[in-house]
Amino acid sequence: MPREVRLALYRSMLKIRRVEERIKDLYPQGDMRCPTHFSIGQEAVAAGVCRHLRAEDHVISAHRSHAHYIGKGGSLAAMFAELYGKVDGCASGKGGSMHLIDLSVNFLGCVPIVGSTIPIGVGASFGAMLQDRSAITVIFFGDAATETGVFHESVNFAAVHRLPVLFVCENNLYSVNTPLAERQPANRTITELVRGHGIKTSQHDGQLVEVVDAAAADTIAHLRNKGGPALLEFMTYRWLEHCGPLGDLHLGYRTQQEFDLWVARCPIRLHRKLLEDDGVMDEAAHVAMDAEIAAEIDDAVTFARKSPFPTRAELNRHIFA
Amino acid sequence: MTNRQLKFAEAINEAIDICLERDRSTYLMGLGVSDPIGVFGTTKGLQEKHGRKRVFDMPVAESAMTGVALGSCLVGMRPIMTHMRLEFAMTAMDQICNQAAKWHYMFGGQSKVPMTLRMIIGRGWGQGPQHSQSLHAWFAHIPGLKVVMPSTPHDAKGLLIASIEDDNPVVFFEHRWLHNIHGPVPEGYYTVPLGEPRMVTEGEDVTIVSTSYATLDAIKAARTLERDGIGADIIDLRTLVPRDDAMVLASVRKTGRLVVVDQGTLTGGFAGEMVARVTEQAFDALKAAPIRVTLPDIPTPTTRALSNYYYPTPGHIVAAVRCVLGLAADETRDDPWAGIAPEDKSLDVPDKSFSGPF
Repeated sequence: MPREVRLALYRSMLKIRRVEERIKDLYPQGDMRCPTHFSIGQEAVAAGVCRHLRAEDHVISAHRSHAHYIGKGGSLAAMFAELYGKVDGCASGKGGSMHLIDLSVNFLGCVPIVGSTIPIGVGASFGAMLQDRSAITVIFFGDAATETGVFHESVNFAAVHRLPVLFVCENNLYSVNTPLAERQPANRTITELVRGHGIKTSQHDGQLVEVVDAAAADTIAHLRNKGGPALLEFMTYRWLEHCGPLGDLHLGYRTQQEFDLWVARCPIRLHRKLLEDDGVMDEAAHVAMDAEIAAEIDDAVTFARKSPFPTRAELNRHIFA
Repeated sequence: MTNRQLKFAEAINEAIDICLERDRSTYLMGLGVSDPIGVFGTTKGLQEKHGRKRVFDMPVAESAMTGVALGSCLVGMRPIMTHMRLEFAMTAMDQICNQAAKWHYMFGGQSKVPMTLRMIIGRGWGQGPQHSQSLHAWFAHIPGLKVVMPSTPHDAKGLLIASIEDDNPVVFFEHRWLHNIHGPVPEGYYTVPLGEPRMVTEGEDVTIVSTSYATLDAIKAARTLERDGIGADIIDLRTLVPRDDAMVLASVRKTGRLVVVDQGTLTGGFAGEMVARVTEQAFDALKAAPIRVTLPDIPTPTTRALSNYYYPTPGHIVAAVRCVLGLAADETRDDPWAGIAPEDKSLDVPDKSFSGPF
């Protein structure tokens, strides 16, 4: 893999991590008043998949969407303003963390009803097909979404019409605080389940960004070659509580031992080690990159804080188009 | 006015045909839209004319397919989705109420969802509890949805074209018993704007507000009332959302008496909403408490022996009008079910030509 690509993947993950860490720091001040689901620990999936997307390709996501929005190139300033409920937010403050959108990069939106965005993403792809456009659509979701009926209805329709849809399942082993084993049978994987729909499927380590990148490259090439829809399942892990900036090991639904194993497999640390071992990136390069990202985040936060709240007139706008 | 007579179903068909012709982003999907029956004739011949890409049948997956319709809107399409029974769309309530209704608002007006959802309300011939519900009040309750329910072929065509051309999600109700009625329908393109009620008949004594098939019952009732010298304003709402109540309020200010006829059930229904609006805004004009004529709060029974006592008749509307006018009830004459026996077929079908099963 070319060194620029390896560095780009690192930068992409680091940016997602630093944005989330900034939100984590600012959130307790109580000015970001919306349920916020952090992706810390899961950055490799967004970075590795989004690198293969073109501007015209669509992305749609669910409640834990910050990484996908940033990965697709969504505006940081508009995102922070949205979290602060400001008029310059990407949804004018009417959405919040769970309703990010940036149509300038074809990030079509995200919503927190689990499974609900999946047919909408398929519909975007179907619409593009009706318009004879070659754009592909990536739908990000978690393991629990594969338990909904609408997920299977959507995969079925995508398969019937051989739509260029990439279903990306980030399997982080928990739905809120409920482990996978209480929700799905132990004797089959999500990948195996979806294979029954007759589409291309594969399961990968979601902590190794180069593995994610290679899987995405292969599968997206399959989509662009009109091979029909596909599913990628990435095994990954959320570090923070389901919703909010804190840890949750005290709840006891997952063990310290399990948590430590996954944190040791931090996607950013693993990739950094590879880059350093291969002489692609040294400490100074990392520090410089980190400083650039920090400056970008500073600008976004400053913009968001300065932005005004929506006026009263905004309440009645946009009920109907 | 045109002399050309069309069936309501044919008017629907013509409206969809015109929209498919005029706008390449419009497409039609739904269970059975391309089968030989073509959803009671409303979609017959459209696939042959417009192609399999734009008129097509779909998996039995109403929830996902409503999401697919929504998603296609986000990239510039204008879908029409058809449900042969309203109840089938109930499996898609998340997509309709959580997503389509709110998409424009919750993303700050950046995306629009120009989606038309046709839902057919069944009745009679044993449609029973799951093929006959008129749940327009549910949809009217959700901000972001427009709700349309015509009662004539003319309005069906004009309102459907307006609905399809509207940039918002529109729920378009068709009562199954309206599909076979005839009426004048102009040729070619025209629209009936959403939000304007229609004055069906004019009279001085009472205001009858109705929707969809209930309007036909109201007209029958008005003929009976006329024989007693009672004149009624019948106002067919045509659209529940958006809605301009000026005509209803002006009428109530004239008559002082209101009867709302609705084919939904009583509690939390749209008739209650109309009564509340009028009471809030024209309380001083009311000479008597308004009356609602609705379905009872009972699931629809299948056997005609019971469904004959389930649906309100024009006789119920007559009785309600006599009551708001303070006229003494005449037990023999005012019995709404007079002459109807449990085995009677007359309430089970709209007319003799109807032979089921749907």
